[in-house]
Amino acid sequence: MSQMSASERAAGATEVPVARAPYFVRKKKGISPQSIAIIVFLSMCALFFCIPLYVVVVTSFKSMDQIREGAIFALPQIWTLDAWDHAWNKACSGINCHGLKVGFWNSVMILFPSLILSIALSMVTGYALALWNVRWAGAFLFLLFICAFVPFQIIMYPLIVMTSSMKVYGTIWGVAIVHAVLAMPVLTLIFRNYYKDIPQEIMSAAVMDSGSFWKIFFEIILPMSGNILIVILILQITSIWNDYLIGVTFGGLNGQPMTVNLANLVTISTGTTNYAHNMAAALLTAIPPLVVYFVVGKLFVQGVTAGAIKG
Amino acid sequence: MPTVSFEHIVKSYGSMTVLNDLNLSVDDGDFLVLLGPSGCGKTTLLNLLAGLLEVSDGRIMIGDRDVTDLDPKDRGLAMVFQSYALYPTKTVHGNLKFGLSASKLPRDEIEKRIAWAARLLQIEPLLNRKPGQLSGGQRQRVAIGRALVKNVGVFLFDEPLSNLDAKLRTEMRLEIKKLHDELKSTIVYVTHDQIEAMTMATRIAVMDGGVIQQFGTPDEIYERPANLFVAGFIGSPAMNLREATLNVSNDRITAQLASGVVLDLEGYDFAETPRNGTKVIVGLRPEHFGAPDVREAKAAATFTLPVQYTERTGSDATVYLKLDNQLLALRVAPDAASRLKPGTSVSVDFLSGKANLFDAQTGRRM
Repeated sequence: MSQMSASERAAGATEVPVARAPYFVRKKKGISPQSIAIIVFLSMCALFFCIPLYVVVVTSFKSMDQIREGAIFALPQIWTLDAWDHAWNKACSGINCHGLKVGFWNSVMILFPSLILSIALSMVTGYALALWNVRWAGAFLFLLFICAFVPFQIIMYPLIVMTSSMKVYGTIWGVAIVHAVLAMPVLTLIFRNYYKDIPQEIMSAAVMDSGSFWKIFFEIILPMSGNILIVILILQITSIWNDYLIGVTFGGLNGQPMTVNLANLVTISTGTTNYAHNMAAALLTAIPPLVVYFVVGKLFVQGVTAGAIKG
Repeated sequence: MPTVSFEHIVKSYGSMTVLNDLNLSVDDGDFLVLLGPSGCGKTTLLNLLAGLLEVSDGRIMIGDRDVTDLDPKDRGLAMVFQSYALYPTKTVHGNLKFGLSASKLPRDEIEKRIAWAARLLQIEPLLNRKPGQLSGGQRQRVAIGRALVKNVGVFLFDEPLSNLDAKLRTEMRLEIKKLHDELKSTIVYVTHDQIEAMTMATRIAVMDGGVIQQFGTPDEIYERPANLFVAGFIGSPAMNLREATLNVSNDRITAQLASGVVLDLEGYDFAETPRNGTKVIVGLRPEHFGAPDVREAKAAATFTLPVQYTERTGSDATVYLKLDNQLLALRVAPDAASRLKPGTSVSVDFLSGKANLFDAQTGRRM
């Protein structure tokens, strides 16, 4: 009974604005040529990404017999997870045939230390540069700016010498440390610019209240850094996970990340190329960054626009 | 509750000197207002005292302690900022507590002080809210509370009311004044608002161009401005300043204005012996004119001038008369103003003994 009346009320409520004549009749805007052009362009972009993705996904579920028929757009006749299982557990990278899971765990072990190291160091440096009077801060910033634009290839050989003298060359730690060091200039600049927007009076108040560099950082500044941390996390996770060159150079035989595994698996194979295995392996490698995007993507957009309306 | 003194303070940025050899001393329990237009150096002076800026030369004393080279947290000061500067991620309670983080107090003492400040400022119901959930007036109370919990002898205020609306500003003005009366602490308060300065201060230092133009009680500053800057800056509408020539003859001293009106200076307390023919500037406060068309028993001068326009604020009104292509402002009762139509000519008396005289060359009070 009460449901009835509720729906009636709802119906009545929707009727009211319809019954009232608009005071000023506005001309409805049609679809303009600009928006048609934009829709066509966006559709083309979407297809450009979606068609290969579709092919990769369906192929990974096909049996080798169906793949040989050559109809790449066809759906699998029999859906099978064999290719995924093979790629994860049995695929060969060089002489090791333990599948991609080795590379996956290597990538994870590289990811966390380098994330923690690079973010912790650049955050504190950015905080000091932005909010405290640091001698030569301008020159230091300029140096960071230059460093951010040095191509990795140029310093690759010196880095190899340095890491081998630190006895970390060819290990997971070597890859992690190089990632962290290379990311630091850009991250420091990003943190510094974010902290520069914190009102000076808040800093003055904190200096008068406490005066302690670390106490102000942990109690005042860190809690205000949520937005920028999300942005940096996504940037770093994707770039570290997707890296190939640093992994292949510094990882040696036992510290290879997942991307290096994948490349070995795809390029070095004996006999016929098993496309299903390759597709499944490629998808497995792509899943972690995708998960990160889906989980924190909304926060990412908030973080990117947060500078304008930081409260 | 110590005294605060600035001794030979110099502050320069590179080759630009903002403050040069500035001396100022505030007594125990005084409410000192640093008053001046934007860029006069008043906030710089406050930040030097707070330790947020370093002096280039000179010495700052609080009580008998030389604090010139101490860290801000060690100076025994508390400061309230213009934009409140509350910590956005902390609750009100957390904000007050962080104010005590430099002092190593036992937990129950901290809680006792927070409760005391919250009760004094009536922010007890807000203790668990974040600053974003507070109105402007509440934020200002919290900012004051964060200073109060420190239990120090000297409070600094940097234009704390300029972000509030007019009604709230009047209320907070009274509250700060009340706090000062209760706590008997020394307060240094920076503002560009002369109403705030006149209502709250026990001492005002009027500053311009990095120099203290006059230091005195509000009444001294209003009644006997030391120079042309102070005369023009204090008072709204501003004091009428007109060029004139002194006429000294047989015990009678008069000033002749450019328009020919003669102002009788009987009873004026000259700081130096007046000489005949000296060029001076006379200052006439708008409220020292008699009612239009009512003859005063003792008038220093009588002006008969056309009305240019009138301005009414409700409680009183300002009439602008045309004198030598300039405006002469005078304050009248609102009903008198409504009778005055622009263009009509009125006759007003300037009250005897109320004029201010300044040397036309030096700008100093005579």
